Amino acid sequence: MIKLEGISKSYKIARRASGLRQAAKALFYREHTIIPALNDISFSIEPGEIVGYIGPNGAGKSTTIKVMSGILVPDSGNCTIMGFNPWRDRVQYVKNIGVVFGQRSQLWWDVPVIDSFLLLRDIYKVPQKEYENNLELLVGALELQDILNSPVRQLSLGQRMRCEIAASLLHNPKILFLDEPTIGLDAVSKIAVRQFIKKINQERGVTVILTTHDMSDIEALAERVILIGKGKLLYDGKLKELRSRFGTEKTITVDYHENNYPFQIPDTTLLSWSPVRAVISVDTEVVLTSKVITQLSSKVDLIDVAIESRPIEEIIVQLYKEYQI
Amino acid sequence: MSAYYSVLKLRLLNGMQYRAAALAGVATQFFWGFMYIMIFEAFYEYSPYTPPISLKELITYIWLQQSFLAFVMLWFRDNELFTLITSGNIAYELCRPCEIYGFWYAKLLAGRLSSALLRSFPILIVAFFLPEPYSMTLPPNVVTGILFLLALLLGLLLLVAISMYIYISVFYTMSPIGSTLMIGVLGEFFAGLIIPIPFMPDWLQSIAYMLPFRLTADFPFRVYSGHIPQNEALNGILVQLVWLVGLVWLGRIALNKALRRVVVQGG
Repeated sequence: MIKLEGISKSYKIARRASGLRQAAKALFYREHTIIPALNDISFSIEPGEIVGYIGPNGAGKSTTIKVMSGILVPDSGNCTIMGFNPWRDRVQYVKNIGVVFGQRSQLWWDVPVIDSFLLLRDIYKVPQKEYENNLELLVGALELQDILNSPVRQLSLGQRMRCEIAASLLHNPKILFLDEPTIGLDAVSKIAVRQFIKKINQERGVTVILTTHDMSDIEALAERVILIGKGKLLYDGKLKELRSRFGTEKTITVDYHENNYPFQIPDTTLLSWSPVRAVISVDTEVVLTSKVITQLSSKVDLIDVAIESRPIEEIIVQLYKEYQI
Repeated sequence: MSAYYSVLKLRLLNGMQYRAAALAGVATQFFWGFMYIMIFEAFYEYSPYTPPISLKELITYIWLQQSFLAFVMLWFRDNELFTLITSGNIAYELCRPCEIYGFWYAKLLAGRLSSALLRSFPILIVAFFLPEPYSMTLPPNVVTGILFLLALLLGLLLLVAISMYIYISVFYTMSPIGSTLMIGVLGEFFAGLIIPIPFMPDWLQSIAYMLPFRLTADFPFRVYSGHIPQNEALNGILVQLVWLVGLVWLGRIALNKALRRVVVQGG
Protein backbone atom coordinates (compact mmCIF):
# COMPACT_ATOMS: atom_id res chain seq x y z
CA MET A 1 0.00 0.00 0.00
CA ILE A 2 2.76 2.38 0.99
CA LYS A 3 6.23 1.90 -0.37
CA LEU A 4 9.20 4.19 0.16
CA GLU A 5 12.49 3.48 -1.51
CA GLY A 6 15.65 5.38 -0.73
CA ILE A 7 13.96 8.68 0.09
CA SER A 8 16.44 11.46 0.87
CA LYS A 9 15.73 15.08 1.55
CA SER A 10 17.96 17.86 2.78
CA TYR A 11 17.30 21.44 3.75
CA LYS A 12 19.49 24.41 3.08
CA ILE A 13 19.68 26.55 6.16
CA ALA A 14 21.16 30.02 6.49
CA ARG A 15 23.04 30.29 9.75
CA ARG A 16 24.57 33.09 11.66
CA ALA A 17 25.78 33.63 15.17
CA SER A 18 23.91 36.03 17.41
CA GLY A 19 24.69 39.70 17.71
CA LEU A 20 24.57 42.83 15.61
CA ARG A 21 27.99 42.39 14.05
CA GLN A 22 27.16 38.95 12.79
CA ALA A 23 23.81 40.16 11.49
CA ALA A 24 25.56 42.95 9.58
CA LYS A 25 28.04 40.49 8.19
CA ALA A 26 25.21 38.26 7.05
CA LEU A 27 23.92 41.09 4.89
CA PHE A 28 26.86 40.56 2.58
CA TYR A 29 27.78 36.98 3.04
CA ARG A 30 25.53 34.26 4.23
CA GLU A 31 26.69 30.89 5.32
CA HIS A 32 24.53 28.01 4.35
CA THR A 33 24.59 24.56 5.75
CA ILE A 34 22.93 21.61 4.17
CA ILE A 35 21.06 19.63 6.77
CA PRO A 36 20.19 16.14 5.67
CA ALA A 37 16.71 15.62 7.04
CA LEU A 38 16.16 12.20 5.54
CA ASN A 39 18.84 9.81 4.45
CA ASP A 40 17.93 6.82 2.33
CA ILE A 41 14.67 5.90 4.05
CA SER A 42 12.91 2.78 2.81
CA PHE A 43 10.00 0.88 4.25
CA SER A 44 6.66 -0.47 3.20
CA ILE A 45 3.35 -0.60 4.99
CA GLU A 46 0.47 -2.97 4.32
CA PRO A 47 -3.19 -1.94 4.25
CA GLY A 48 -4.84 -1.91 7.67
CA GLU A 49 -1.67 -1.51 9.68
CA ILE A 50 -1.17 1.01 12.45
CA VAL A 51 2.43 2.07 12.48
CA GLY A 52 4.05 4.19 15.16
CA TYR A 53 6.73 6.40 13.71
CA ILE A 54 9.06 7.48 16.47
CA GLY A 55 12.31 9.31 16.96
CA PRO A 56 13.75 12.21 18.94
CA ASN A 57 13.14 15.86 18.05
CA GLY A 58 14.43 16.77 14.64
CA ALA A 59 14.81 13.17 13.54
CA GLY A 60 12.84 13.65 10.32
CA LYS A 61 9.48 12.26 11.33
CA SER A 62 7.44 15.20 10.11
CA THR A 63 9.49 15.46 6.95
CA THR A 64 8.66 11.85 6.11
CA ILE A 65 4.98 12.50 6.74
CA LYS A 66 5.14 15.53 4.47
CA VAL A 67 6.83 13.56 1.72
CA MET A 68 4.25 10.81 2.04
CA SER A 69 1.38 13.27 1.91
CA GLY A 70 2.64 14.94 -1.24
CA ILE A 71 3.62 18.25 0.34
CA LEU A 72 7.37 18.03 0.01
CA VAL A 73 9.31 16.82 -2.97
CA PRO A 74 12.28 14.68 -1.86
CA ASP A 75 15.72 15.14 -3.39
CA SER A 76 15.91 11.55 -4.47
CA GLY A 77 14.16 8.26 -4.00
CA ASN A 78 10.87 6.79 -4.94
CA CYS A 79 7.55 6.64 -3.20
CA THR A 80 4.41 4.85 -4.29
CA ILE A 81 1.26 5.01 -2.23
CA MET A 82 -1.88 3.29 -3.51
CA GLY A 83 -0.35 3.40 -6.95
CA PHE A 84 0.22 7.15 -6.87
CA ASN A 85 3.37 9.17 -6.64
CA PRO A 86 2.41 11.58 -3.85
CA TRP A 87 4.02 14.73 -5.20
CA ARG A 88 3.55 14.13 -8.91
CA ASP A 89 -0.06 12.98 -8.72
CA ARG A 90 -0.81 15.21 -5.75
CA VAL A 91 -4.32 16.35 -6.65
CA GLN A 92 -5.53 12.84 -7.50
CA TYR A 93 -3.73 11.25 -4.60
CA VAL A 94 -4.66 13.45 -1.66
CA LYS A 95 -8.36 12.60 -1.99
CA ASN A 96 -7.48 9.26 -0.45
CA ILE A 97 -5.58 10.44 2.58
CA GLY A 98 -6.30 12.37 5.72
CA VAL A 99 -3.58 14.31 7.49
CA VAL A 100 -3.44 15.85 10.95
CA PHE A 101 -0.55 18.12 11.80
CA GLY A 102 -0.78 18.52 15.54
CA GLN A 103 0.90 21.88 15.57
CA ARG A 104 -1.02 23.46 12.72
CA SER A 105 -4.60 24.33 12.05
CA GLN A 106 -6.77 23.62 9.07
CA LEU A 107 -9.89 25.22 10.48
CA TRP A 108 -10.91 28.74 9.57
CA TRP A 109 -10.05 30.86 12.55
CA ASP A 110 -12.96 33.28 12.56
CA VAL A 111 -15.92 31.13 11.64
CA PRO A 112 -17.70 28.32 13.52
CA VAL A 113 -16.16 24.87 13.21
CA ILE A 114 -19.13 23.55 11.28
CA ASP A 115 -18.49 26.06 8.46
CA SER A 116 -14.99 24.68 8.02
CA PHE A 117 -16.43 21.19 7.90
CA LEU A 118 -18.92 22.19 5.22
CA LEU A 119 -16.13 23.69 3.17
CA LEU A 120 -14.14 20.48 3.46
CA ARG A 121 -17.19 18.53 2.40
CA ASP A 122 -17.30 20.56 -0.81
CA ILE A 123 -13.55 20.48 -1.39
CA TYR A 124 -13.48 16.71 -1.14
CA LYS A 125 -16.86 16.38 -2.88
CA VAL A 126 -18.23 14.14 -0.12
CA PRO A 127 -21.83 13.13 -0.91
CA GLN A 128 -24.28 14.70 1.56
CA LYS A 129 -25.45 11.36 2.95
CA GLU A 130 -21.94 10.12 3.58
CA TYR A 131 -20.99 13.46 5.10
CA GLU A 132 -23.88 13.34 7.53
CA ASN A 133 -23.02 9.80 8.60
CA ASN A 134 -19.39 10.65 9.10
CA LEU A 135 -20.18 13.82 10.97
CA GLU A 136 -22.53 11.98 13.30
CA LEU A 137 -19.91 9.34 13.99
CA LEU A 138 -17.17 11.89 14.58
CA VAL A 139 -19.28 14.18 16.73
CA GLY A 140 -20.26 11.24 18.90
CA ALA A 141 -16.83 9.72 19.24
CA LEU A 142 -14.89 12.94 19.76
CA GLU A 143 -17.60 14.69 21.75
CA LEU A 144 -17.92 17.72 19.56
CA GLN A 145 -21.61 18.52 19.93
CA ASP A 146 -21.09 21.52 22.21
CA ILE A 147 -18.27 23.11 20.27
CA LEU A 148 -19.41 22.63 16.69
CA ASN A 149 -21.01 26.05 16.50
CA SER A 150 -18.31 28.05 18.26
CA PRO A 151 -15.76 30.08 16.31
CA VAL A 152 -12.41 28.31 16.26
CA ARG A 153 -10.60 31.18 17.93
CA GLN A 154 -12.64 30.62 21.07
CA LEU A 155 -11.77 26.94 21.45
CA SER A 156 -9.14 25.57 23.78
CA LEU A 157 -6.20 23.70 22.30
CA GLY A 158 -7.66 20.31 23.18
CA GLN A 159 -11.07 21.16 21.79
CA ARG A 160 -9.49 22.42 18.62
CA MET A 161 -7.38 19.30 18.25
CA ARG A 162 -10.46 17.11 18.41
CA CYS A 163 -12.05 19.23 15.69
CA GLU A 164 -8.87 19.02 13.61
CA ILE A 165 -8.92 15.24 13.79
CA ALA A 166 -12.57 15.18 12.82
CA ALA A 167 -11.85 17.54 9.91
CA SER A 168 -9.25 15.16 8.54
CA LEU A 169 -11.65 12.23 8.55
CA LEU A 170 -14.75 13.74 6.99
CA HIS A 171 -13.92 12.38 3.55
CA ASN A 172 -13.34 8.76 4.58
CA PRO A 173 -9.62 8.62 3.87
CA LYS A 174 -8.04 5.22 3.34
CA ILE A 175 -4.78 6.31 4.87
CA LEU A 176 -4.46 8.56 7.87
CA PHE A 177 -1.25 10.40 8.67
CA LEU A 178 -1.17 11.71 12.21
CA ASP A 179 1.71 14.01 13.09
CA GLU A 180 1.55 14.37 16.86
CA PRO A 181 -2.21 14.20 17.11
CA THR A 182 -2.47 14.16 20.90
CA ILE A 183 -0.74 17.47 21.65
CA GLY A 184 -2.74 19.38 24.22
CA LEU A 185 -5.37 16.75 24.85
CA ASP A 186 -6.54 15.96 28.36
CA ALA A 187 -6.61 12.35 29.56
CA VAL A 188 -10.24 11.83 28.60
CA SER A 189 -9.88 13.23 25.11
CA LYS A 190 -6.68 11.33 24.58
CA ILE A 191 -8.40 8.06 25.29
CA ALA A 192 -11.38 9.06 23.14
CA VAL A 193 -9.06 9.86 20.25
CA ARG A 194 -7.14 6.61 20.62
CA GLN A 195 -10.30 4.55 20.77
CA PHE A 196 -11.59 6.31 17.73
CA ILE A 197 -8.41 5.67 15.74
CA LYS A 198 -8.58 2.03 16.72
CA LYS A 199 -12.19 1.86 15.73
CA ILE A 200 -11.78 3.27 12.23
CA ASN A 201 -8.77 1.04 11.77
CA GLN A 202 -10.74 -2.05 12.66
CA GLU A 203 -14.07 -1.19 11.10
CA ARG A 204 -13.00 0.60 7.97
CA GLY A 205 -9.53 -0.82 7.56
CA VAL A 206 -7.93 2.62 7.57
CA THR A 207 -4.15 2.46 7.51
CA VAL A 208 -2.70 4.73 10.17
CA ILE A 209 0.78 6.20 10.43
CA LEU A 210 1.30 8.04 13.66
CA THR A 211 4.16 10.10 15.02
CA THR A 212 4.16 11.07 18.63
CA HIS A 213 6.36 11.64 21.63
CA ASP A 214 3.77 10.17 23.92
CA MET A 215 4.75 6.51 24.12
CA SER A 216 1.45 5.56 25.66
CA ASP A 217 -0.15 6.51 22.32
CA ILE A 218 2.15 4.08 20.58
CA GLU A 219 1.54 1.40 23.17
CA ALA A 220 -2.20 1.78 22.93
CA LEU A 221 -2.33 1.80 19.14
CA ALA A 222 0.63 0.53 17.23
CA GLU A 223 1.80 -3.02 16.81
CA ARG A 224 4.62 -1.99 14.59
CA VAL A 225 7.08 0.81 15.20
CA ILE A 226 9.57 2.47 12.91
CA LEU A 227 12.39 4.28 14.67
CA ILE A 228 14.22 7.06 12.91
CA GLY A 229 17.10 9.17 14.14
CA LYS A 230 19.12 11.86 12.38
CA GLY A 231 17.35 11.03 9.16
CA LYS A 232 18.26 7.35 9.21
CA LEU A 233 15.99 4.40 9.66
CA LEU A 234 17.13 2.55 12.76
CA TYR A 235 14.51 0.01 13.65
CA ASP A 236 11.47 -1.34 11.89
CA GLY A 237 9.56 -4.13 13.55
CA LYS A 238 7.06 -5.21 16.14
CA LEU A 239 6.72 -3.24 19.34
CA LYS A 240 6.64 -6.56 21.19
CA GLU A 241 10.04 -7.54 19.86
CA LEU A 242 11.43 -4.22 20.88
CA ARG A 243 10.07 -4.85 24.32
CA SER A 244 11.51 -8.34 24.59
CA ARG A 245 14.83 -7.12 23.29
CA PHE A 246 15.21 -4.40 25.83
CA GLY A 247 12.45 -5.00 28.28
CA THR A 248 13.26 -8.34 29.90
CA GLU A 249 13.97 -6.56 33.14
CA LYS A 250 11.22 -6.17 35.66
CA THR A 251 11.11 -4.16 38.83
CA ILE A 252 9.66 -5.74 41.98
CA THR A 253 8.65 -3.47 44.81
CA VAL A 254 7.96 -5.28 48.10
CA ASP A 255 6.50 -3.93 51.32
CA TYR A 256 6.99 -5.98 54.46
CA HIS A 257 6.75 -5.84 58.26
CA GLU A 258 9.70 -4.14 59.80
CA ASN A 259 12.90 -6.04 59.22
CA ASN A 260 16.24 -4.55 60.09
CA TYR A 261 18.46 -6.90 58.12
CA PRO A 262 19.16 -6.12 54.47
CA PHE A 263 18.81 -9.21 52.32
CA GLN A 264 20.19 -10.31 48.99
CA ILE A 265 18.50 -12.65 46.54
CA PRO A 266 20.75 -14.39 44.06
CA ASP A 267 20.74 -13.19 40.40
CA THR A 268 18.92 -9.96 41.23
CA THR A 269 19.96 -6.40 41.91
CA LEU A 270 18.76 -4.60 44.97
CA LEU A 271 17.91 -1.10 43.85
CA SER A 272 16.90 0.31 47.20
CA TRP A 273 16.25 -0.95 50.69
CA SER A 274 14.66 0.32 53.86
CA PRO A 275 13.38 -1.53 56.94
CA VAL A 276 9.88 -1.65 55.42
CA ARG A 277 10.38 -1.61 51.65
CA ALA A 278 12.78 -2.89 49.01
CA VAL A 279 13.00 -2.45 45.25
CA ILE A 280 14.57 -5.25 43.27
CA SER A 281 15.48 -5.44 39.63
CA VAL A 282 15.06 -8.85 37.98
CA ASP A 283 16.18 -9.98 34.55
CA THR A 284 13.49 -12.46 33.58
CA GLU A 285 15.83 -14.19 31.17
CA VAL A 286 18.13 -15.10 34.08
CA VAL A 287 15.70 -15.86 36.86
CA LEU A 288 11.93 -16.32 37.02
CA THR A 289 9.90 -13.73 38.87
CA SER A 290 7.98 -16.39 40.76
CA LYS A 291 11.19 -17.81 42.14
CA VAL A 292 12.27 -14.42 43.38
CA ILE A 293 8.97 -13.94 45.15
CA THR A 294 9.18 -17.38 46.78
CA GLN A 295 12.60 -16.52 48.10
CA LEU A 296 11.40 -13.14 49.27
CA SER A 297 8.52 -14.60 51.23
CA SER A 298 10.90 -16.91 53.03
CA LYS A 299 13.05 -13.97 54.10
CA VAL A 300 10.51 -11.31 55.09
CA ASP A 301 6.91 -11.02 56.16
CA LEU A 302 5.34 -9.74 52.94
CA ILE A 303 2.56 -7.13 52.93
CA ASP A 304 2.44 -6.11 49.30
CA VAL A 305 4.23 -7.00 46.06
CA ALA A 306 4.15 -4.92 42.88
CA ILE A 307 5.76 -6.11 39.65
CA GLU A 308 6.34 -3.65 36.82
CA SER A 309 7.91 -4.12 33.47
CA ARG A 310 10.15 -1.36 32.25
CA PRO A 311 8.17 1.53 30.90
CA ILE A 312 8.38 1.86 27.13
CA GLU A 313 9.79 5.37 27.57
CA GLU A 314 12.88 3.96 29.18
CA ILE A 315 13.28 1.44 26.40
CA ILE A 316 13.12 4.22 23.88
CA VAL A 317 15.65 6.27 25.81
CA GLN A 318 17.96 3.29 25.84
CA LEU A 319 17.40 2.75 22.14
CA TYR A 320 18.28 6.36 21.41
CA LYS A 321 21.41 5.91 23.50
CA GLU A 322 22.35 2.72 21.77
CA TYR A 323 22.06 4.29 18.35
CA GLN A 324 23.73 7.44 19.62
CA ILE A 325 21.01 9.76 18.45
CA MET B 1 -16.23 23.92 -9.38
CA SER B 2 -18.29 23.54 -6.24
CA ALA B 3 -15.17 23.61 -4.06
CA TYR B 4 -14.16 26.99 -5.44
CA TYR B 5 -17.70 28.21 -5.02
CA SER B 6 -17.69 27.13 -1.36
CA VAL B 7 -14.42 28.88 -0.69
CA LEU B 8 -15.93 31.97 -2.21
CA LYS B 9 -19.01 31.66 -0.06
CA LEU B 10 -17.15 31.07 3.18
CA ARG B 11 -14.79 33.93 2.47
CA LEU B 12 -17.77 36.18 1.78
CA LEU B 13 -19.41 35.18 5.06
CA ASN B 14 -16.13 35.70 6.84
CA GLY B 15 -15.56 39.13 5.32
CA MET B 16 -19.07 40.28 6.00
CA GLN B 17 -18.57 39.84 9.74
CA TYR B 18 -16.57 43.03 9.88
CA ARG B 19 -19.25 45.67 9.68
CA ALA B 20 -17.39 48.37 11.58
CA ALA B 21 -14.46 48.07 9.19
CA ALA B 22 -16.83 48.47 6.26
CA LEU B 23 -18.42 51.55 7.78
CA ALA B 24 -15.04 53.12 8.42
CA GLY B 25 -14.05 52.25 4.87
CA VAL B 26 -17.09 54.00 3.45
CA ALA B 27 -16.33 57.14 5.45
CA THR B 28 -12.70 57.14 4.33
CA GLN B 29 -13.64 56.73 0.70
CA PHE B 30 -16.00 59.69 0.87
CA PHE B 31 -13.27 61.80 2.35
CA TRP B 32 -10.85 60.87 -0.43
CA GLY B 33 -13.51 61.23 -3.08
CA PHE B 34 -14.36 64.77 -2.05
CA MET B 35 -10.74 65.70 -1.71
CA TYR B 36 -9.87 64.52 -5.21
CA ILE B 37 -12.90 66.19 -6.74
CA MET B 38 -12.10 69.51 -5.06
CA ILE B 39 -8.51 69.39 -6.22
CA PHE B 40 -9.56 68.69 -9.78
CA GLU B 41 -12.30 71.32 -9.59
CA ALA B 42 -9.74 73.99 -8.75
CA PHE B 43 -7.46 72.66 -11.43
CA TYR B 44 -10.22 72.77 -14.06
CA GLU B 45 -11.26 76.31 -13.14
CA TYR B 46 -7.84 77.80 -13.64
CA SER B 47 -6.55 75.62 -16.44
CA PRO B 48 -5.61 77.54 -19.59
CA TYR B 49 -6.04 74.41 -21.72
CA THR B 50 -9.10 72.30 -22.42
CA PRO B 51 -8.69 69.22 -20.20
CA PRO B 52 -8.73 65.84 -21.99
CA ILE B 53 -11.72 64.68 -19.96
CA SER B 54 -14.74 66.69 -18.81
CA LEU B 55 -15.24 67.46 -15.11
CA LYS B 56 -18.50 65.51 -15.08
CA GLU B 57 -16.76 62.44 -16.51
CA LEU B 58 -13.94 62.86 -14.05
CA ILE B 59 -16.26 63.05 -11.04
CA THR B 60 -17.94 59.84 -12.12
CA TYR B 61 -14.50 58.34 -12.60
CA ILE B 62 -13.50 59.26 -9.06
CA TRP B 63 -16.66 57.95 -7.41
CA LEU B 64 -16.35 54.69 -9.29
CA GLN B 65 -12.75 54.48 -8.20
CA GLN B 66 -13.67 55.09 -4.57
CA SER B 67 -16.59 52.69 -4.47
CA PHE B 68 -14.83 49.86 -6.29
CA LEU B 69 -11.62 50.35 -4.36
CA ALA B 70 -11.54 46.68 -3.42
CA PHE B 71 -11.71 45.80 -7.13
CA VAL B 72 -8.86 48.00 -8.26
CA MET B 73 -6.28 48.35 -5.50
CA LEU B 74 -3.25 46.11 -5.58
CA TRP B 75 -2.29 46.80 -1.99
CA PHE B 76 -5.55 45.22 -0.92
CA ARG B 77 -4.18 41.93 0.27
CA ASP B 78 -5.15 38.69 1.91
CA ASN B 79 -2.91 38.36 4.92
CA GLU B 80 -4.14 34.86 5.51
CA LEU B 81 -2.41 33.63 2.39
CA PHE B 82 0.82 35.35 3.42
CA THR B 83 0.71 33.68 6.82
CA LEU B 84 -0.02 30.37 5.17
CA ILE B 85 3.23 30.63 3.27
CA THR B 86 5.45 32.12 5.95
CA SER B 87 4.18 30.03 8.87
CA GLY B 88 4.08 26.74 7.01
CA ASN B 89 0.35 26.21 7.28
CA ILE B 90 0.48 25.75 3.53
CA ALA B 91 1.02 22.11 4.44
CA TYR B 92 -2.71 21.70 4.89
CA GLU B 93 -3.43 23.63 1.73
CA LEU B 94 -1.31 21.15 -0.17
CA CYS B 95 -3.22 18.14 1.10
CA ARG B 96 -6.40 19.30 -0.55
CA PRO B 97 -7.40 17.77 -3.85
CA CYS B 98 -7.38 21.16 -5.53
CA GLU B 99 -5.11 23.01 -7.85
CA ILE B 100 -3.61 25.64 -5.52
CA TYR B 101 -3.76 28.38 -8.15
CA GLY B 102 -7.49 28.04 -8.61
CA PHE B 103 -8.04 27.62 -4.90
CA TRP B 104 -6.19 30.80 -4.02
CA TYR B 105 -7.66 32.66 -6.96
CA ALA B 106 -11.10 31.89 -5.55
CA LYS B 107 -10.03 33.04 -2.09
CA LEU B 108 -8.59 36.31 -3.37
CA LEU B 109 -11.56 36.99 -5.55
CA ALA B 110 -13.92 36.34 -2.68
CA GLY B 111 -11.93 38.61 -0.38
CA ARG B 112 -12.33 41.47 -2.82
CA LEU B 113 -15.98 40.72 -3.52
CA SER B 114 -16.93 40.61 0.14
CA SER B 115 -15.13 43.83 0.82
CA ALA B 116 -16.70 45.56 -2.18
CA LEU B 117 -20.17 44.29 -1.38
CA LEU B 118 -20.31 46.18 1.89
CA ARG B 119 -18.57 49.29 0.61
CA SER B 120 -19.37 49.95 -3.01
CA PHE B 121 -23.14 50.06 -2.88
CA PRO B 122 -23.46 52.55 -0.03
CA ILE B 123 -20.92 54.82 -1.71
CA LEU B 124 -22.54 54.54 -5.14
CA ILE B 125 -26.04 55.18 -3.84
CA VAL B 126 -25.04 58.23 -1.82
CA ALA B 127 -22.89 59.53 -4.68
CA PHE B 128 -25.94 59.67 -6.96
CA PHE B 129 -27.80 61.92 -4.54
CA LEU B 130 -25.00 64.35 -3.80
CA PRO B 131 -25.56 68.02 -4.69
CA GLU B 132 -24.10 69.33 -7.95
CA PRO B 133 -21.35 69.31 -9.07
CA TYR B 134 -20.37 66.36 -6.88
CA SER B 135 -23.06 63.95 -7.90
CA MET B 136 -22.47 60.90 -10.04
CA THR B 137 -24.30 60.32 -13.29
CA LEU B 138 -25.71 57.21 -14.91
CA PRO B 139 -23.94 55.83 -17.98
CA PRO B 140 -25.16 57.52 -21.20
CA ASN B 141 -27.04 54.40 -22.38
CA VAL B 142 -27.78 50.77 -21.55
CA VAL B 143 -25.16 49.29 -23.90
CA THR B 144 -22.47 51.39 -22.26
CA GLY B 145 -23.70 50.19 -18.89
CA ILE B 146 -23.41 46.56 -19.97
CA LEU B 147 -20.00 47.14 -21.48
CA PHE B 148 -18.91 48.78 -18.22
CA LEU B 149 -20.07 45.83 -16.14
CA LEU B 150 -18.24 43.46 -18.44
CA ALA B 151 -15.08 45.55 -18.36
CA LEU B 152 -15.26 45.95 -14.58
CA LEU B 153 -15.67 42.23 -14.05
CA LEU B 154 -12.85 41.30 -16.40
CA GLY B 155 -10.77 44.03 -14.77
CA LEU B 156 -11.34 42.41 -11.40
CA LEU B 157 -10.36 38.99 -12.71
CA LEU B 158 -7.27 40.52 -14.27
CA LEU B 159 -6.33 42.31 -11.06
CA VAL B 160 -6.58 39.10 -9.05
CA ALA B 161 -4.33 37.41 -11.63
CA ILE B 162 -1.80 40.23 -11.25
CA SER B 163 -1.97 40.18 -7.45
CA MET B 164 -1.28 36.44 -7.50
CA TYR B 165 2.30 37.26 -8.49
CA ILE B 166 2.74 39.07 -5.17
CA TYR B 167 1.80 35.87 -3.36
CA ILE B 168 4.06 33.76 -5.53
CA SER B 169 6.98 36.08 -4.78
CA VAL B 170 6.53 35.52 -1.05
CA PHE B 171 7.63 31.91 -1.54
CA TYR B 172 11.04 33.33 -2.35
CA THR B 173 11.24 36.45 -0.18
CA MET B 174 9.30 35.22 2.87
CA SER B 175 8.00 38.74 3.39
CA PRO B 176 5.13 40.36 1.55
CA ILE B 177 6.16 43.96 2.24
CA GLY B 178 8.58 44.51 -0.63
CA SER B 179 6.58 42.99 -3.42
CA THR B 180 3.29 44.50 -2.30
CA LEU B 181 4.91 47.91 -2.21
CA MET B 182 6.63 47.61 -5.57
CA ILE B 183 3.83 46.02 -7.55
CA GLY B 184 1.33 48.15 -5.63
CA VAL B 185 2.91 51.53 -6.33
CA LEU B 186 3.77 50.80 -9.96
CA GLY B 187 0.47 49.11 -10.62
CA GLU B 188 -1.64 51.85 -9.10
CA PHE B 189 0.18 54.56 -10.96
CA PHE B 190 -0.21 52.84 -14.31
CA ALA B 191 -3.80 51.96 -13.52
CA GLY B 192 -4.60 55.65 -13.38
CA LEU B 193 -5.50 55.60 -9.71
CA ILE B 194 -3.21 58.45 -8.76
CA ILE B 195 -3.81 60.63 -11.80
CA PRO B 196 -6.24 59.50 -14.46
CA ILE B 197 -4.40 58.30 -17.55
CA PRO B 198 -5.74 61.00 -19.93
CA PHE B 199 -3.85 63.57 -17.83
CA MET B 200 -0.50 61.89 -18.30
CA PRO B 201 1.98 63.17 -20.87
CA ASP B 202 1.88 61.30 -24.16
CA TRP B 203 5.01 59.25 -23.61
CA LEU B 204 3.78 58.07 -20.22
CA GLN B 205 0.37 57.30 -21.67
CA SER B 206 1.92 55.05 -24.28
CA ILE B 207 3.71 53.12 -21.53
CA ALA B 208 0.50 52.84 -19.54
CA TYR B 209 -1.34 51.54 -22.58
CA MET B 210 1.22 48.81 -23.04
CA LEU B 211 0.83 47.51 -19.49
CA PRO B 212 -2.14 45.53 -18.18
CA PHE B 213 -2.73 47.70 -15.08
CA ARG B 214 -4.92 50.34 -16.73
CA LEU B 215 -7.31 47.64 -17.88
CA THR B 216 -8.28 46.99 -14.27
CA ALA B 217 -9.41 50.51 -13.35
CA ASP B 218 -8.94 53.33 -15.83
CA PHE B 219 -10.48 51.40 -18.69
CA PRO B 220 -13.78 50.31 -17.11
CA PHE B 221 -14.30 53.69 -15.44
CA ARG B 222 -13.89 55.55 -18.69
CA VAL B 223 -16.16 53.09 -20.47
CA TYR B 224 -18.82 53.97 -17.90
CA SER B 225 -18.70 57.68 -18.51
CA GLY B 226 -18.64 57.18 -22.25
CA HIS B 227 -15.20 58.74 -22.55
CA ILE B 228 -14.15 55.56 -24.31
CA PRO B 229 -16.59 54.97 -27.18
CA GLN B 230 -18.36 51.64 -27.52
CA ASN B 231 -16.37 50.10 -30.35
CA GLU B 232 -13.14 50.98 -28.59
CA ALA B 233 -14.56 49.47 -25.41
CA LEU B 234 -15.22 46.18 -27.18
CA ASN B 235 -11.65 46.19 -28.38
CA GLY B 236 -10.42 46.84 -24.87
CA ILE B 237 -12.46 43.95 -23.54
CA LEU B 238 -10.74 41.66 -26.02
CA VAL B 239 -7.36 42.96 -24.86
CA GLN B 240 -8.43 42.31 -21.26
CA LEU B 241 -9.25 38.73 -22.16
CA VAL B 242 -5.90 38.17 -23.83
CA TRP B 243 -4.04 39.56 -20.81
CA LEU B 244 -6.15 37.52 -18.43
CA VAL B 245 -5.45 34.25 -20.22
CA GLY B 246 -1.74 35.05 -20.52
CA LEU B 247 -1.28 36.10 -16.88
CA VAL B 248 -3.21 33.16 -15.47
CA TRP B 249 -1.27 30.75 -17.65
CA LEU B 250 2.09 32.18 -16.58
CA GLY B 251 0.99 32.48 -12.96
CA ARG B 252 0.09 28.83 -12.77
CA ILE B 253 3.45 27.81 -14.14
CA ALA B 254 5.23 30.12 -11.68
CA LEU B 255 3.19 28.90 -8.71
CA ASN B 256 3.73 25.25 -9.53
CA LYS B 257 7.42 25.90 -9.81
CA ALA B 258 7.42 27.65 -6.43
CA LEU B 259 5.48 24.78 -4.88
CA ARG B 260 7.96 22.19 -6.06
CA ARG B 261 10.65 23.85 -4.03
CA VAL B 262 8.39 24.73 -1.15
CA VAL B 263 9.83 24.45 2.30
CA VAL B 264 7.22 24.00 4.97
CA GLN B 265 8.33 26.51 7.55
CA GLY B 266 8.41 25.61 11.20
CA GLY B 267 8.64 21.83 11.35
